[in-house]
Amino acid sequence: MNPNTATLTGSAVAASGWRGLVADWSSDRQAFHVSWGKAMMWIFLLSDIFIFSCFLTGYMTVRVSTTAAWPNPSEVFALHVGGADVPLLLIAIMTFVLISSSGTMAMAVNFAYRGDRVNAATLMLVTATFGELFVGMQAFEWSKLILEEGVRPWGNPMGAAQFGAAFFMITGFHGLHVSAGVVLLFAVAFKLIRGDYDKAGNYQVVEIVGLYWHFVDLVWVFIFALFYLW
Amino acid sequence: MNTHTTTGQQHPIGLYLKIWGLLFVLSAMSYLVDYFHVQGYLRWGLILVFMLLKAGLIVAVFMHMAWERLALVYAILLPPLCLLVLVGLMAAEADHTFLTRLLFFR
Repeated sequence: MNPNTATLTGSAVAASGWRGLVADWSSDRQAFHVSWGKAMMWIFLLSDIFIFSCFLTGYMTVRVSTTAAWPNPSEVFALHVGGADVPLLLIAIMTFVLISSSGTMAMAVNFAYRGDRVNAATLMLVTATFGELFVGMQAFEWSKLILEEGVRPWGNPMGAAQFGAAFFMITGFHGLHVSAGVVLLFAVAFKLIRGDYDKAGNYQVVEIVGLYWHFVDLVWVFIFALFYLW
Repeated sequence: MNTHTTTGQQHPIGLYLKIWGLLFVLSAMSYLVDYFHVQGYLRWGLILVFMLLKAGLIVAVFMHMAWERLALVYAILLPPLCLLVLVGLMAAEADHTFLTRLLFFR
């Protein structure tokens, strides 16, 4: 089962140099009783938690320390619908779209584990479509803010100059994550429908992609609460 | 290598639909906090409660953390607590900056 440990214990001399480095890192030691793919995705997500937290903490720091008034997000992100300004309407729709995509992703994982690859791939494509819709609405939001409201990373007409920098950095990085997730979803859905995971008899890749996608939704929960609603 | 007791997460579809519905309700409620212009500590409290509930549901059910082994759960969920220290430090620092700016720009 495990030739590495056999050779390591068999010959008392452990390999040194690059060969030793590779042998050490690839030797079969397991702390978490889940597949390496899942463990690695979780550890990647942990590092991502720290990145987004640093952005949000930086945003908190500039917002608390500025003497100019912070632009009211409720008004900045209002949409003019039917003769009245509805506060945060676009952001609310974006939130519901992303949550729905999380729901379809969870069901895709479920179908994949049952071996129902047509339904699983279809649900993954629905998830990716929701993701594209989200990015599209974000592009609309950005262009509205830049072209009509005159928001720049170094200033804006509404108040504290730091608003633009915090907004573009945080939502931009999140949008990049969504875009990357869409690409990943398309790639895995394609391999799923082609039958790659059928042959291997292992559908866990779908769950791992799902972890990433739910994380993107999770980050949005925090951005929605701390940036848009605060 | 892997025994399928720990890798294949199988839960009824109905559970996911219920959580989906709950997330919708919680999002709608946090949106209503803004819509009805709730202000002050009640606003911040409600926003934080809804945020943490949504985050908890996503991590526990959608990301299957509720059914993972405890070693993995702690390895992932404990380190982010360090961030609370960072937030505390930066809040103190930001308050200090704010006060010195008030003195300077007076």
